[in-house]
Amino acid sequence: MSAPSSSALLEADHLVKEFAVAGTGGLIARPETFRAVDDVSLRVEAGETVALVGESGSGKSTTARLVARLIDATSGSVRFDGHDVTTLNGRDLHDFRSEVQVVFQDPFSSLNPRHTVERIITAPLRYQGRKPPGGSRAFTQNLMERVGLDPMQWERFPAQFSGGQAQRIGIARALAVAPRLVICDEAVSALDVSVQAQVINLLRRLQAEEGFSYLFIAHDLAVVRQIATRVAVMSAGRIVEEGDRDAVFDNPQHEYTRALLSAVPRIRPEWETARRERAAERAALAAQSIER
Amino acid sequence: MNGPAQNLLEVSDLTVSFPTATGHTDVVSHLDLTLEKGGALGIVGESGSGKSLTSLAIMGLLPGKARRSGSIRFAGDELTTMSESALRRVRGDRIAMIFQDPLSSLNPYYTVGAQIQEAYRSHRKGVSRRQARQVSIEAMERVHIKDAARRVDDYPHQFSGGMRQRVMIAMALSTEPELLIADEPTTALDVTVQAQILELLEEIRRETGSGLILITHDLAVVSEITDHIVVMRYGECVERGPVEAVFSDPQHAYTRDLLDAVPRIDDDIAALRTPGRAGEAT
Amino acid sequence: MARYLVNRVAAMAGILLLVCLFTYAVFFLFSPDPAVQICGKTCTPERIDQIRDNLGLDQPFWSQFLTFLKGIFVGRSYGDGVSAVQCSAPCLGYSFQSSQPVTDMMLQRLPVSATVAIGAAVLWLLGGVSAGLLSAVREGTWVDKTLTGLTLGGMSIPNYVLALVLQYVLVVRLQWLPFPQAVPFSDDPVQWFLNFVMPWIVLAVGYAAAYTRLTRANVIDTLQENFLRTARAKGLAPRLVWRRHALRPALTPVVTVFGMDFAGLLGGALITETVFGLNGVGKLAADSIAKNDQPVIMGVTLLAAFFVVIGNVVVDLVYTVIDPRVRVGT
Repeated sequence: MSAPSSSALLEADHLVKEFAVAGTGGLIARPETFRAVDDVSLRVEAGETVALVGESGSGKSTTARLVARLIDATSGSVRFDGHDVTTLNGRDLHDFRSEVQVVFQDPFSSLNPRHTVERIITAPLRYQGRKPPGGSRAFTQNLMERVGLDPMQWERFPAQFSGGQAQRIGIARALAVAPRLVICDEAVSALDVSVQAQVINLLRRLQAEEGFSYLFIAHDLAVVRQIATRVAVMSAGRIVEEGDRDAVFDNPQHEYTRALLSAVPRIRPEWETARRERAAERAALAAQSIER
Repeated sequence: MNGPAQNLLEVSDLTVSFPTATGHTDVVSHLDLTLEKGGALGIVGESGSGKSLTSLAIMGLLPGKARRSGSIRFAGDELTTMSESALRRVRGDRIAMIFQDPLSSLNPYYTVGAQIQEAYRSHRKGVSRRQARQVSIEAMERVHIKDAARRVDDYPHQFSGGMRQRVMIAMALSTEPELLIADEPTTALDVTVQAQILELLEEIRRETGSGLILITHDLAVVSEITDHIVVMRYGECVERGPVEAVFSDPQHAYTRDLLDAVPRIDDDIAALRTPGRAGEAT
Repeated sequence: MARYLVNRVAAMAGILLLVCLFTYAVFFLFSPDPAVQICGKTCTPERIDQIRDNLGLDQPFWSQFLTFLKGIFVGRSYGDGVSAVQCSAPCLGYSFQSSQPVTDMMLQRLPVSATVAIGAAVLWLLGGVSAGLLSAVREGTWVDKTLTGLTLGGMSIPNYVLALVLQYVLVVRLQWLPFPQAVPFSDDPVQWFLNFVMPWIVLAVGYAAAYTRLTRANVIDTLQENFLRTARAKGLAPRLVWRRHALRPALTPVVTVFGMDFAGLLGGALITETVFGLNGVGKLAADSIAKNDQPVIMGVTLLAAFFVVIGNVVVDLVYTVIDPRVRVGT
């Protein structure tokens, strides 16, 4: 059964996830099922960022959860680094968890409010019974520095941070186990524009430094454009289009992708051009005044 | 002493403050707004900018412990000194409001029809049940809800997110208000649905000539449907002007930073410019 | 909708069956041998064996359980020959100590328990809900704080203490109420009513305190809801905002809790009935525990469970009427 090992870090084949519809079924009758993910196949190569985009109810988050083994698939398989991980449990699932980490949308609800940053960041290691290399404190401070947090704040609690900072803690926690795949489930959706830009930059920088892959789940196409190398568009549980970022954005094939792209609100290009010209003029003027 | 007749809304020196342990904190300070008859004004800002509280202040719906000062003139009438009952006759009749999350903004216990006609019935005396129902159906038809005559008896949970927001808009329209205030009306919606709702808001403005105040964090959205914008930060207006002027030649550094930070769908920016912000390391 | 009802009722039947099985098993395993009890003090091993055989106590567990179940639906008899006693359906056992079918014993006392429960329920609903509303409307004021203090007292004072205090104050000192004595309603309605006043109050106080808290919390939560802001934005009069938009959502959860509490009380208010000497199901339970009359204890347990399960289903059905989200499936 084992297929020849390919170069793909993550390979999901024909994933299907069905949920029972609430209120149907009972003691005798079988519940009706709803297919949230319908025959989805997905590949993530080492070091690349695959974005899974779609509207609410498209099944993108469920797909992410299947791939992360947070829920079990109804059918289909997930291979990680050539190994089938679809039915892993116990010790093997633990090992898989140190390879694949998830960053969630709401930073606060995914951080335990009663734990210090140090405890939160080292938690994934402790669950796996591993000791933080170089001691818990130094390890935490190092990670905090890498995600742009003040390392002296290791003793603080989540509530003492802003939304953007809390999301950085979530990212630091994901990085603690040195994963090879980081799944970002709407990781920047809840953030203000300026903070969002910072976190996107951080995600890009970390990838350049560490070389891991992202599976980036998002509904915001403009954000996806800034971070993805490949894009898969989901609708009603299926992937309707998949391709390199520029191909999908510049030359969408599927009607749904086109509708999605054209619905995104845009600032008029002529205003943008004018603004850039002004900005360039200002920069030139500033440079001149410095020379004088 | 009436203000210039062509202005629908004139807000001047509006300050909203909340009590704190050490006194009062201004969440909106010394804000001026002007909206022409039939105009569309966008109020843009990040969270904590005071943009939503501004709309509640105009409606007179601030939480009890908030303090408000300054002047709000609507069609020549001063709202801040009006009695509560006189204000109620303006609210929901001449000024209507649409909120961000349509599901939680609709009462789950009543049919959408009952909720749409509620404002109409309380502002127009002697309306029969049948008339009111007809008003609901017509309002639903105007926001393009298909099969309105049947769906009028459905409950909010039986509608999709976009349809619920249409119900909210129908609710606001039933009294034919002169001013519509929309607070993040599309934030909770999918992008394709957002496009439809924005189009609907424009269509209503075109057809009824009502004024629109659109409150949002999304710069691209305001750029598409408003003619003037006000950029807010920490309760203050940092920049105002016609949309084209602000977008093509922003004067304030914060506006520039904000515009730089917006991810563009048609453009990949090598590194997103990020505005410096207190408390956020870059 | 019909399907929902069928499912609920089927589930209810299943749960009742499980309750029967569990209760029966507990009494089967942990109670002393009934044959020894029946036999009395002067007893020989032969006599015990004979009783066992006679009553089917030598049969395996499942066989005895099935006989018990059969008794509920079609009735049964205990023993055979001349000493046989009839126990007609629904037969929940037979008390050899008082020579009566358990069902009859409970049915005789059920009206008293129901009277206690209904009267108390009216009191605590009126008191608790209105105090809760008042507390919520005046949130943070001295009224709210006083009520919160009172509810704490109401929830912590034990029933029997309150009963004794009330008896002393109302009967002995003030003499507002006569000394309680059992009088049938038909003989003297006034005396009958006065007789129940104290039990009602004693039983209602704890519940009223809990309902005050529940109502207060629900109303305060509802006042934060976005749809209340919408209602105000429509320019509705405050009275209308309250009546139409705040009360219904705020009081709906009270219905759930009330259904369960009331159903629980129909199975007998053990302490209150005992303290006031009211001959209800609760007192029957207390007396049977004292006498170690196993069939009766089991019968009362089953009756209480039965009411709770039924109460649950009734609450669900009522919910389909008051909450459209349950009524019309999404």
